[in-house]
Amino acid sequence: MVEKLLEVKDLKTYFHTFKGIVKAVDGVSFKLNKGEILGIVGESGGGKSVTGFSILKLIDDPGKIENGEILFNGENLVNKSEKEMKKIRGSKISMIFQDPMTSLNPLYTIQQQIGEVLKIHTNMNAEQRKQRCINLLDDVGIPQPEARLKSYPHQFSGGMRQRAIIAAALAAEPELIIADEPTTALDVTIQAQILRLMKKLVKEKNTSLLLITHDLAVVAEMVDRAIVLYCGQVMETGKIDDLIHQPIHPYTYGLLNSIPRLNDQKKRLSQIEGMVPNMFELPKGCNYAPRCDYCQERCLKEEPKIREIYEGHRVSCHYPLSREGSHE
Amino acid sequence: MAETNKIGKDIEIKKKNRLKEFLESEFFFNYKRNIPAIIGTIIIIIFLLMATIGPLLVTQNPYNLSEIQLMDAYKPPAWVDGGEWKFPLGTDSQGRDILSSVVYGSRISLFIGLTGMLLSSFIGTVLGLAAGYFGGKIDSFIMRIADIQLSFPATLIALFIMSIAGRGIDNLLIALTLVGWVIYARTVRGATLSEKKKEYVEAGKVIGLPSRKIITKHILPNVMTSMIVIATIQVGTFILTEATLSFLGVGVPVTRPSLGLLVKNGFDVLFSGLWWASTFPGLFIMLLVFGINMLGDFLRDELNPRLK
Amino acid sequence: MFKYITKRLYQMILVLFVVSIIVFFVMSFTGDPVLMMVTPDATQAQIDRARTELGLDKPLITQYFIFVKNILRGDFGKSYVFKQSAIKLIIERMPATLELVFVSVLLSIIVAIPLGVFAGAFPNKRSSKTIMLGSLLGISLPNFWVGMMLIFVFAVHFRVMPSSGRGEVVNFLGMRISIFTADGFKHIILPAVMLSIQSLAILLRLTRAGMMEVMKQDYIKFARSKGVLQNSLLFQHALKNALIPVITVFGIQIGKIIAFATVTETIFSWPGMGKLLIDSINRSDRPVMVAYLMIVAFIFVLLNFIVDIVYTSIDPRIDLR
Repeated sequence: MVEKLLEVKDLKTYFHTFKGIVKAVDGVSFKLNKGEILGIVGESGGGKSVTGFSILKLIDDPGKIENGEILFNGENLVNKSEKEMKKIRGSKISMIFQDPMTSLNPLYTIQQQIGEVLKIHTNMNAEQRKQRCINLLDDVGIPQPEARLKSYPHQFSGGMRQRAIIAAALAAEPELIIADEPTTALDVTIQAQILRLMKKLVKEKNTSLLLITHDLAVVAEMVDRAIVLYCGQVMETGKIDDLIHQPIHPYTYGLLNSIPRLNDQKKRLSQIEGMVPNMFELPKGCNYAPRCDYCQERCLKEEPKIREIYEGHRVSCHYPLSREGSHE
Repeated sequence: MAETNKIGKDIEIKKKNRLKEFLESEFFFNYKRNIPAIIGTIIIIIFLLMATIGPLLVTQNPYNLSEIQLMDAYKPPAWVDGGEWKFPLGTDSQGRDILSSVVYGSRISLFIGLTGMLLSSFIGTVLGLAAGYFGGKIDSFIMRIADIQLSFPATLIALFIMSIAGRGIDNLLIALTLVGWVIYARTVRGATLSEKKKEYVEAGKVIGLPSRKIITKHILPNVMTSMIVIATIQVGTFILTEATLSFLGVGVPVTRPSLGLLVKNGFDVLFSGLWWASTFPGLFIMLLVFGINMLGDFLRDELNPRLK
Repeated sequence: MFKYITKRLYQMILVLFVVSIIVFFVMSFTGDPVLMMVTPDATQAQIDRARTELGLDKPLITQYFIFVKNILRGDFGKSYVFKQSAIKLIIERMPATLELVFVSVLLSIIVAIPLGVFAGAFPNKRSSKTIMLGSLLGISLPNFWVGMMLIFVFAVHFRVMPSSGRGEVVNFLGMRISIFTADGFKHIILPAVMLSIQSLAILLRLTRAGMMEVMKQDYIKFARSKGVLQNSLLFQHALKNALIPVITVFGIQIGKIIAFATVTETIFSWPGMGKLLIDSINRSDRPVMVAYLMIVAFIFVLLNFIVDIVYTSIDPRIDLR
């Protein structure tokens, strides 16, 4: 029986700026089970990262969580104080950042930065912490971990740093890890290694993973389920196989078609026309309508509601694509 | 005739548009909400008015000995027992009206601050352009001097120069320029170097334009915002430096007392309880420099937050 | 590391060399020191003899080499006023100045760093804005005037603090230090407060600017995602990074305090080398001025050198090998 770990209900995170309100996350809902890997996919500026940071309540001024519930093990994080959140961050929920070159403090050694998590969240003594750091570095595949403890981040390559960051995220054995574009800044050759490593570690420890990425190819290999975000709203969500093979929302379809495929030589790589709309002036109806190939009059006037098409597959579109990939 | 009218109108419209653009800009929006910047502007305007038309309004010319009477000496400010409204801020040991002295003194302080800034920015810009444009030995010579100079406090260098050159407004301006040019030179040099590398300079060279012309034409507008910020803050710094030097007796001559010298004159009688002779001139220095800095701080935040 | 230090030492010597040239030639072109030394009714023969004695009849270049040679032997000539070795006069007064400077620097650090960290970490709070406005006022104050106001309020009006002098001194490591006596402590408070205001304000602003820059960095957000407590986030993760640019200007800040000590010492009649400089300027006592300038130049160069070493040893990214 699957156990629910995280449930986000109608989350709204807005940024109040000089020019107006940016609805970075606008009514996002999803569930995440224990040991499950969930992908959040979308173009940059779609509200993926803000969703991740909202869960940890690491939203800074002028941003604010306006509405919604974030139920983690049944407890609503939105109502938690900063002090309570500090106890959760790093121990129950930890995070892996996009750019390993800037995520580690340049003035502290690797041991200090991993050990810090243990110092805050466990009762280990210095010797135990050191041993745990060595084990963690070993787990994430850093050779000669003992010799590397006293290294500074600048002595590590990008891939090594990301491994160290993963080690820090795993240190207190959290129940949920939020990975925000963990491989985007890395070389292609290293991307696959890191992803495989993350999947292995997560599955071993039955940890849940929320993988935020713009790269559907990444998601396809890694995740169990995915949600597709556009302009802060959920467009489509479902099992990854269904999403990849039978996308229902035109946006997902567009995203999939813009991935290069080696075995497909005849066609030019297609792309989604236009750009992500100005977040200050979102279109009236469906946010995606101005770029949608299948846009109808209704789409420009009325905002679609999310609905279930079949078991576990939900979509927010007036005219969803049929299972065969053509329009109804 | 109609043609010229039309052109005139066009220009007018353009001007109006530019004003409108400015009033609707984020810069102006932030300015409107920045109370310190507005207060600073008001203070600066008041001081500028005081320096220009102030002497017409005050009761006395403190330099004109015939207007000063010794029997008026040691009068406290008007609201204190024994004060008169004829001398709102009291009188000094010579019977000079403090308010009048302060108005005349502000004039000298502001003049030195502004002129010193203009001279420094001019010479600094020229040297910075030269260093950046010619490079090589000229560059390393100018910049080495700048480096050495920057490792010593400006006030101390100015003090050294003044102690040798002797009191005087002209010497003060020289001293301030000698310490003030460095920051402009560095800014302009940096901009010149980065501009020199850009493609359009190369492109201009190809079609035979002298690169000197291109560089000056493009660099100066580029560094203008930084220069405005630096210059604003420098006026305040110079006024303080001048005041300090004058206080130490190596600044303005006794015949042209700036605010700083007025404070010094007041210091000599402070212990006999004559507090107003030094308090008010000092308060005016503080107000003026605070006003300039409040505006300068806003400008820096808005125009060039990278400057320190 | 060794190579770096020798390179920096070489630069130091170069700077001092340039300073010595400037000081010497500027001094030579202005006024005739002989006229300062002889009595007003001296005959031409007496003047000429004095000139030969001072070596002033030789060419300028030769004079410069004599000047440098003497400096290297620690001989800056005799004060016209005190008829004593100029360098000795300055060394005698140096502890008083250094003591005052030390207390002021300490005072500015203790106040500026926490306030700067706070204002930089929470820039939108009303209290931060007040702190920043206060620091702006701090750099706008004519500091000699602040000294006078302090004297007027605390010494003349309320009579709770001494207005001048240094108070009782004790011997400490061969220097005459006043801060360890109650009387001396009382004497140093006002001058130290006056002297520290400006550098306090500058240090505060620099710390805040550094903090604001650092707080935006990913590693701060990463540290927050690890659940790091507020204090350790601000004072360890952030401050250490924020201080790196601050340290680079710290040398010149201490230099500024030494320079402004001349003003403070003049106002509070503090018997340090700064007051000696101002007195010497007013009496055209050239050897003392030269000696002061060369010594202060040496101190500044040394300070910058130390700051560089500290800076490079704090930041592990700088590898000197």
